[in-house]
This record gives sequence, C-alpha cells and structure tokens, in this order.
Amino acid sequence: MSMLYFSRLYQAMILGICALGLLLCVPNFLSKDQFDALPKWAQNKIGLGLDLRGGAHMLMTIDTQQLRKDWMDNIRDDARRTLREGKLAGSPSVVGKAVEVRMANPADADVGLTALRRMIQSVGGSGFGGAANLKVDKGSDPGVIVIEPSDAGFTERVSNAIATSIEVIRKRIDSSGTKEANIVRQGFDRILIQIPGVEDTAQLKELIGKTAKLTFHDVHPTMTPEEARRTRVPSGFKIFPAVRGEFATEYLLKETAVVGGEDLADAHGAFDQRSSEPIISFRFNQKGARAFGEFTRVNVGRPFAIVLDNTVLSAPVIRDAILGGSGQISGSFTAESANNLAVQLRSGALQAPLTIVEERVVGASLGQDSIEAGKRAAIIGMIGVAAFMIFAYGLFGLFASLCAALQIGLIIAIMTLMGSTMTLPGIAGIVLTLGMAVDSNVLIYERIREELRNKSSPLKAIEAGFSRAYLTILDSQLTSFVAGLIMFVLGSGPIRGFAVTLTLGVVTTIFTAFTVTRLIVSWWVRSQGTSKIEAPLSYKMART
Amino acid sequence: MIFKGVDFFPHGTRFPILEYRKVFVGLTLAAAVLSAALLLTRGLNFGVDFKGGSLIEIKAKSGTLDVVKLRETLNGLGVGEPQVQAVGDSEALIRIGQQPGADALAESRSQDAANKKVTGSLAANFDIRRTEVVGPAVSQELKSTAVLAIIASILGIAIYVWFRFEWQFALAAIVALIHDVFITTGLFSLLWYEFDLSVVAALLTLAGYSINDTVVIFDRVRENMRKYKKMEMVDLLNLSLNETLSRTVLTAGVTAIAVLALWLFGTTVIEAFTFAMLFGVIIGTYSSIFIAAPILLWLGVDRAAIVGEQKSDKATAAAKAGLP
Repeated sequence: MSMLYFSRLYQAMILGICALGLLLCVPNFLSKDQFDALPKWAQNKIGLGLDLRGGAHMLMTIDTQQLRKDWMDNIRDDARRTLREGKLAGSPSVVGKAVEVRMANPADADVGLTALRRMIQSVGGSGFGGAANLKVDKGSDPGVIVIEPSDAGFTERVSNAIATSIEVIRKRIDSSGTKEANIVRQGFDRILIQIPGVEDTAQLKELIGKTAKLTFHDVHPTMTPEEARRTRVPSGFKIFPAVRGEFATEYLLKETAVVGGEDLADAHGAFDQRSSEPIISFRFNQKGARAFGEFTRVNVGRPFAIVLDNTVLSAPVIRDAILGGSGQISGSFTAESANNLAVQLRSGALQAPLTIVEERVVGASLGQDSIEAGKRAAIIGMIGVAAFMIFAYGLFGLFASLCAALQIGLIIAIMTLMGSTMTLPGIAGIVLTLGMAVDSNVLIYERIREELRNKSSPLKAIEAGFSRAYLTILDSQLTSFVAGLIMFVLGSGPIRGFAVTLTLGVVTTIFTAFTVTRLIVSWWVRSQGTSKIEAPLSYKMART
Repeated sequence: MIFKGVDFFPHGTRFPILEYRKVFVGLTLAAAVLSAALLLTRGLNFGVDFKGGSLIEIKAKSGTLDVVKLRETLNGLGVGEPQVQAVGDSEALIRIGQQPGADALAESRSQDAANKKVTGSLAANFDIRRTEVVGPAVSQELKSTAVLAIIASILGIAIYVWFRFEWQFALAAIVALIHDVFITTGLFSLLWYEFDLSVVAALLTLAGYSINDTVVIFDRVRENMRKYKKMEMVDLLNLSLNETLSRTVLTAGVTAIAVLALWLFGTTVIEAFTFAMLFGVIIGTYSSIFIAAPILLWLGVDRAAIVGEQKSDKATAAAKAGLP
C-alpha cells in the first residue's frame, strides 16, 4: 500500500513543516502588546500594504532631458576653458545631444582634438568614467569636433542622478518628521516613494518636487538686462528672472556661480531681528566660506545675486566683506516656505526636476474597512467552502477543509519568512486559493468514488484515487503557477500582491494535496484497525 | 459509522454533449463576434490605470450622499465633467479626466490643481477615502504591460500544455483560453464596467483557472484512448466529458463560493476583479466542456502515438509510486 504508507521520518517531516508554518503565523495574529512581548527573533510578521494601512504611493520621474542638457552645458564650459588655455580659437556650442566645437581655423582641428581628448581624460568630462562615457571625434564638417556621450555614459549619468535624488528625497522627507518612508528606484528614470500614514500629500510634494539649486552670482557691473537684450548678452553672462516682489524683474548675471548650495554647511528658517520677517540663515563650509569671503572682499559696494532654481531671490549690495561664512537670505518668505526651503537646502539640490507620474493615496479609514472586508470575505469563504466540502464528502470533506485552513496558514508563514506585505489583492488571492485548493481534493475524492463504483475495494479505491489524480493535480496547478509567475514578473503594484498569494496558493496546494491530505487519510485508514475498511465516501451506482 | 457526504451529482450520465457541438460552437462564435464588434465600436470603459486622470473616493461625514447635488458642485469647478458614481448610500467615486498641459510637468501640475479644487470643495462634508492619480505616460505603460502579460501568460500556458500533451490538445486548450479572456473582456464592454488593472489580474487568473478544467478533461481523454482503443473518437470524448463532469462542475462550484464571498463582502476596490472572476469561473467551465472538446474532435488526434506513449507513462507512474 504504497500510496498510504508513510515512513516515520517522512511523517515527522510533514508534521514538522506544518507545525513550523503554523508557528510562524502566530505573531501575525497577536495583539500589539503580545507581539512586543515576544523575543526579538520571533518578532516577524507580514507588513500591511499601503492600501490596507493607509498612506501615499508616489511614482516620480526624473527629467532626463534636463540632465542631458546640464551635462552638455558643463562640457561646453569645460571645452571653452580648454580652448582658452590652449590658446586656440574656437566656439563650442550644444547641438542636439552633443557638443560641437567649431574651430575658427580648420587647420587647428587636430590640435583641438588632442586637447579636448586630454580634457575628457583628465576631468572625466565633469563626471567619473568620463573617458568611456564620452566620445570625442571629428565631425563631418572640416574644423568641427564633436563631443558626444555614449548611451552607456548617459545611462550611468541617470543612475547617478537617481541615486543622489533618492538620498536627497530621503533627507527631505525625514526632516519633515515622517519616518518609515520607502524610497526606491524603479525602471530607468523613476523613483517610487511609499509613505505609510500620510494622507495629505500636498506639503510633501512641495518639499520633494523642488530642485532647490541655490547659487550666488556676480551681477554685471554696468550693463542692465534691457541693454543686453537690445544689443547682445555678453559671453559668460545670462539673464535671470527675479521672484515677484523683488526690486527688479530680471538681472544680468554671470552664468558661472561664485559659490553654490553644495558648499552650505547648514541652513534653517529664522526671523530677521530688525524687520522680523521670515528669512533663511545659512552657514558655508570651509571651501564655501573662503570663496564667498574672497568674493565679497573684492566687491564691497556692489550687488550680488542669490539665485534659487534659476530665479533671483534677492540681490543685496555687499556692505562689508563677509568672512565668517554665514549669512541670511530674505525674499518674501512665509515662515513655512522659509522652513521648507531651509530643509531643501540642507538636504542638497536635486540634479534635475522630478515630476509625479502616478500617485495613489489611501486613507486609514478605507484601509481599515478593507481589512475588515477582507477578513469577512475570508471567513465567509472558508465557511462556505467547508460547508460544501463536508456536504459532498463528509468526513473526508472535513479533512479537505482542514487542509485548506492549514494552507492559508502556510501561505501566511511563507509571506512572513519572505518579509512580503499583505495587500487587498493579496487577500483576494488567498480567498481565491481557498476555492482552488480544495479542487485537488475534489479530484481525488471524485476519483475514489469512481473506483468504488467500479467495484474496487475501499482501500484499493483510495489508493487509486490518490495515485491517478496526482498527475492531473500537478498539471492543473502548474498552469495556474505559470499565470501567477507571469503576473509577478510583469505586473505592477496591485497585480503583484495578488500574484504572490496566488502563486504561494499553488505551491501550498501541491504540498498539502501530495502529503498532508494523504497522511490524514492514511491515519484514518489505520484507525479502522482492519484492512477491510468501509467505503469512506457515499456513492450512487451509475444509472443504466 | 461516519458521515460520508452526499453524492448528489448524477453519475454514469451519457449526455451526448458533442452531438450539439455545432449549437455550442455557433453560440460561442456569435458571442465572440459580438465581443469583437463591441470592442471595436465601443471599446472599453478604461479606469484611471489605463486612461490616466484621477479617481477620488469619498464618504459623507454624516447622513447620505446626494449624487445630483454632488454633480452640480463638481461641474461648477471648471475641471471638465467629473464622473460621479454612487456606491451605497454614503459613498461615491469621482473620476476626473486627464487635464491638459503643454508637457508632462504641466499636465501633472494641472491634474494636481484639478484634484485640489475637487477635494477642497468637498472637504467640509466628505472624508476623502482614496485618491489615485495616473499620468499619461504611466497609463500607456500599464496598458502595454497588461497586454503583454495577457499574451505572455497565454503563451506560457500553451507551452506547458504542449509540453504535456500533443499539439492538438494544446491548440484546443489555447483556443478555449483565448475565448474565455476575449468574451470576458467583451462583457466588460457590454456592461460598460470599469476596466482597470485588477480586471487584468482577474483575466490572468481566470486563464490559469480555466485551463485547469480543460487539462483535467484532456487527461481523461488520453486515459480513455488507451483504455478503449477501438471506441469512436466522438463517443470517447463524450464519455470523458461525462466522467469528469461531476468534478468539473463541483470544483467550479467551490471556487464560485469563494469568489462569491469576495463579491458580497468585498469593497469597491476589488469589485471589478471579483465580477470578472465570477464570470470567468462560469465561462471557463463552459469552454472546457463545450469548446475545447469539439475543437479536439475537429483537429483529430493521432491515437497510435498516444497508445504508444503508454509505456513511458507507466514508467513515470511507477517511479512516482516508488517515492516515499
């Protein structure tokens, strides 16, 4: 009786796995106090997804075009400097996705090429691994040199920008007092932010979305923006708009900053002591303090501009050299916006703007309702399925129902081990598993009935029922497994949660059908004490 | 004495199912043509996942929700014509279309502004239970991934069935599968129910589920081919269908119980999913019996090959039995 024979070791293994699974489930059903009382190593439970506990899910995309443009602008500036240092006449400009350097004298092309190649080697093209990331070659026109980023180079550039952005976002979110935020890269140019418990995302978006690139610029000593517009903007200068309420609407500033936000050591919101309007007081690090000190010492009596994200916040006149490295920024702030900006400045600038492309916010009350509904559906489903199975198969139906309950336990146990989260679609997957799990039992039991009808002895019928149904169970479960796997690989958020429980449902169905149900039935057979057992299932004879 | 259950399902039936195959296949073809026509002319009522825009779920802070008044309030906001769908007495779903903008950033901003207008005007009397905003780029992606996932899972299942059975079986199973997915999608078009990511999950699940029945029946067909080497193919298929009928109907019944539990007690979030699943369980069972088998009959199976396979199959069974 091979189908119903289990060695002691095998029995112990099956029971061990079930016991372990059930033990792993326990922490999920304890109250908070009970859970906290558990030893540390046992404090594992399934986290609740945002759709159940409430919270915000935001998918942001980084502006890769801006990243490319900034990179090319940097290379153009580097090229300009290189040409000047090499006493070569040529004009670099950004054309499409590349920088083109047009040599004034086409005969200089070879010298220029060597110089630019060396520049790429040494400065790394304003980034690490520049030599591999940038190609420098002669263009099709004579005297034109093209500096072009490779695809791999650009990919690396984006990856770096995403990595720093994640750090910046984390700092910004942390400083707003929100903990537990989960921030990860998704796909090529996206960042996924998940924050439990947050229902109002407006403030968060304000905080995260700004690039907050702070720079200090020299103002053109004589020319006004209007003059520049009329005649020609001098090389190295650029017109910047100013915030509303500022003295002028635009300024003509040197394009390269004297010092930037990356050299800030600290920034926080404060109130001006005289006017008591909100301001941001800041302190530079050593490098920044030195550069700023030197600049202000030379330019006493002249204005300089404080620029945030390419907009002039204010352009105060330098009264004295500012050697201490600290100062303040005013510019029609509210206390809140000053605080926000201080947070943004402290956490550093984003390399490119982030746009929200998907946002899902679930309130805690809906989450709670969903949990309740999910529990209710699971219990009703369980009772319904058990009632049906017991009606159709009696004691064996009860065995099947116990196995289905055990299976839910095992699914929860595996999810606990994997550290996955439970979502509403996940619960749906579990309830669905309930129905699909007993499918294997129906197959076996119907087969047993068939064998009984064919006048097999009860024992033989049970044997045949199990052995004949096995391949069929495997077949039918594995097709579900394929579907679940594909859902997991290709699916996003909600589909994934569902795929996890569905796939685990299949795995545990195969396990319980092949071992646990059979073991329980073998116990029942043995409990009968005799090899001439009665038929475990009622059966009608076929109509003839 | 133990309770042995009630063997309520008729056994030993000999329904001549395949004699009516033309009726069923004709019915199915009609349904398929109708689905195709609906999908082509009317399309699907895509949810925010696939259409972009926003979905806001609200619940009245007290008392019931007046849909007419709510519509009036929302239409006066200048954010296009938000759709309002009442859920129960005190809840409603509001859908706002994708707001225009010059580029992705501007689109996202104007969508944000529209949401703010709507939630702002409702905050006094309603709790905002859920907000979902999907931008155009993401909705396009979700759509193409969904299509890809459906195709991939059908292919994946096809490969598995092909690996386990002869190609005629695989082809018949796949046609039945595509039929299920297609007709269910058609029904969503007909009823104009919202079609979102969760419905795609349901379609994938029902694909995996519906094939179960088919595989079980085919398993039996193969078994009977070896047992009754001389029986006419039509009779053999009929016999196999009848023999597996109780199992096919009972498992569908149990699964339906579970899905019904979800449908009756679930929330608005998974309503579409459970509806698709419930219909899927029914149509999946239908197609296994009335579609897959006739196709198999038309395709014909090389019976000599299957009988010849028996030996190796027996060897596997023996190996299996040898397991602890």
